[in-house]
Amino acid sequence: MNLWPLLAIAVLVVGFAAGVNPLLVILVTAFTAGLAAGIAPLRVLAALGHAFNATRYVSLVWLILPVIGLLEHEGLRERARTLIGRLRAATAGRILLLYLALRQLTAALGLTSLGGPAQMVRPIVAPMAEGAAESRLGRLSGPARHLVRAYAASADNVGAFFGEDIFIAVSSILLIKGFLAQSGYDIAPFRLSMWAIPTALLAFLIHGVRLWRLDAKLKRLAGGEQP
Amino acid sequence: MYALAGAMFSAFALLSVRDRSNPRRWGNGAFWGLLAVSFLFGSRIGDTANGVLVVALIVLGGTGALGRGSTERRSAEERAQRAARRGNALLVPALLIPLLAVIGTFTLGRIEVGGVPLADPNNVTLIALAVGILVALLVALWQAKAPPQAALEEGRRLADMIGWALMLPQLLAALGAVFALAGVGGAVGHVATTWLPLGHPFAAVLVYCLGMALFTMVMGNAFAAFPVMTAAIGVPLIVQRFGGDPAIMGAIGMLSGFCGTLVTPMAANFNIVPAVLLELPDRNAVIKVQIPTAIGLLACNIVLMYVLVFRF
Repeated sequence: MNLWPLLAIAVLVVGFAAGVNPLLVILVTAFTAGLAAGIAPLRVLAALGHAFNATRYVSLVWLILPVIGLLEHEGLRERARTLIGRLRAATAGRILLLYLALRQLTAALGLTSLGGPAQMVRPIVAPMAEGAAESRLGRLSGPARHLVRAYAASADNVGAFFGEDIFIAVSSILLIKGFLAQSGYDIAPFRLSMWAIPTALLAFLIHGVRLWRLDAKLKRLAGGEQP
Repeated sequence: MYALAGAMFSAFALLSVRDRSNPRRWGNGAFWGLLAVSFLFGSRIGDTANGVLVVALIVLGGTGALGRGSTERRSAEERAQRAARRGNALLVPALLIPLLAVIGTFTLGRIEVGGVPLADPNNVTLIALAVGILVALLVALWQAKAPPQAALEEGRRLADMIGWALMLPQLLAALGAVFALAGVGGAVGHVATTWLPLGHPFAAVLVYCLGMALFTMVMGNAFAAFPVMTAAIGVPLIVQRFGGDPAIMGAIGMLSGFCGTLVTPMAANFNIVPAVLLELPDRNAVIKVQIPTAIGLLACNIVLMYVLVFRF
């Protein structure tokens, strides 16, 4: 067994940890892996080119930029903020908790495309959470604002990851089923979805509690100004 | 679809070059221009040329050749005033995108024209998303009474803000393919099974779940880790030697991998791109708030699998 390709992982970890630009780290990593496996440099280059071309669909989501840009120019984020600022029961933590629940439930029904950082978090969810926090605590400091935004992105991720596996036709379930079938175990997708439920509940519990405590954290960050 | 993206990036390139407020406008122009070439001609120019194109993009993006063009021209107050005038109608196009994407996902694949499906069933989600985006764009343009150039200019502004991070998810997907070619996964599985003590059922579960999470962190994707770890540890040890249930192992094993996804910069589209989109100064800010959840949940997964997998 040729273990030299593992060198690529070391390059990757060191590169990321040292804060080198990720694009350069990936380039060096790809060539390290290829050369360590005894592949000629030109063939590594061609393999990278082939793979990049074959994965262009990953970048198709950017088609969204013009419409989001236009809506922001028209004041979409400000609107989302004022809309929430009016609700007195709303706090940043509660809004994100609600979003986590909605995201997880809709993902469990196969509706993963209802959320996402470019579609929902930047234009709507994060401004709403910021708006709610500001109507309680006054103007947010930089670090507090960034914390709210980071939590908004995390609610989107956790909800999607630990909701989607409850849906039968999602690609990860199909991958598990396909791989286990190759190994001689024929399993109904329904059983796989069912056993994803305990983890999904725990994910909601753990991240939900952390979102719930975000409000207290923000209050501390706002300092002693509040009575 | 690729042609549409190619056209969009061409427009970004032209607008960048013309934007005199950007000190590095030629760098931006070249970067978006090369991406446009990839989308328009990528399938015709051959693997080596594509490889050269990738390296050129990396060099441009990795060496700071990209600058930021003119930013938002309206102040926050001005935008708030406009928003107040327009009211909730503003939210309509933004909510149309996910709504149409979901409707399209469930219908487009079924519509047939002369026996041929209207949309390739494998790409139906992406096509539905694109349809949603186009409809929302038309509605937004009509509402704002703005010309299409205005939307492209605003899109360019956002693209400049994201900068090189825009190509990161696609490049990481490509790296995964190179890893597969070089046999990195096989080597990891080999090391895990040769060097670790796996004589007890709990040890096997522990190594399998931890391995899924760690390997996912390295690859940026639980899908790449699953076949390797399951072939090396899951099936031979948990299922065959200790008599565990393959469905429970597979389901919880994959979700252990997702815990790894939460904490790795390699999963750029979930962790790095949102940080850039939300204009966070720390690229790892999203990962940092996800670390406690990921660790707690991974521990839960290990216990859950150990308790459940040998019982059903």
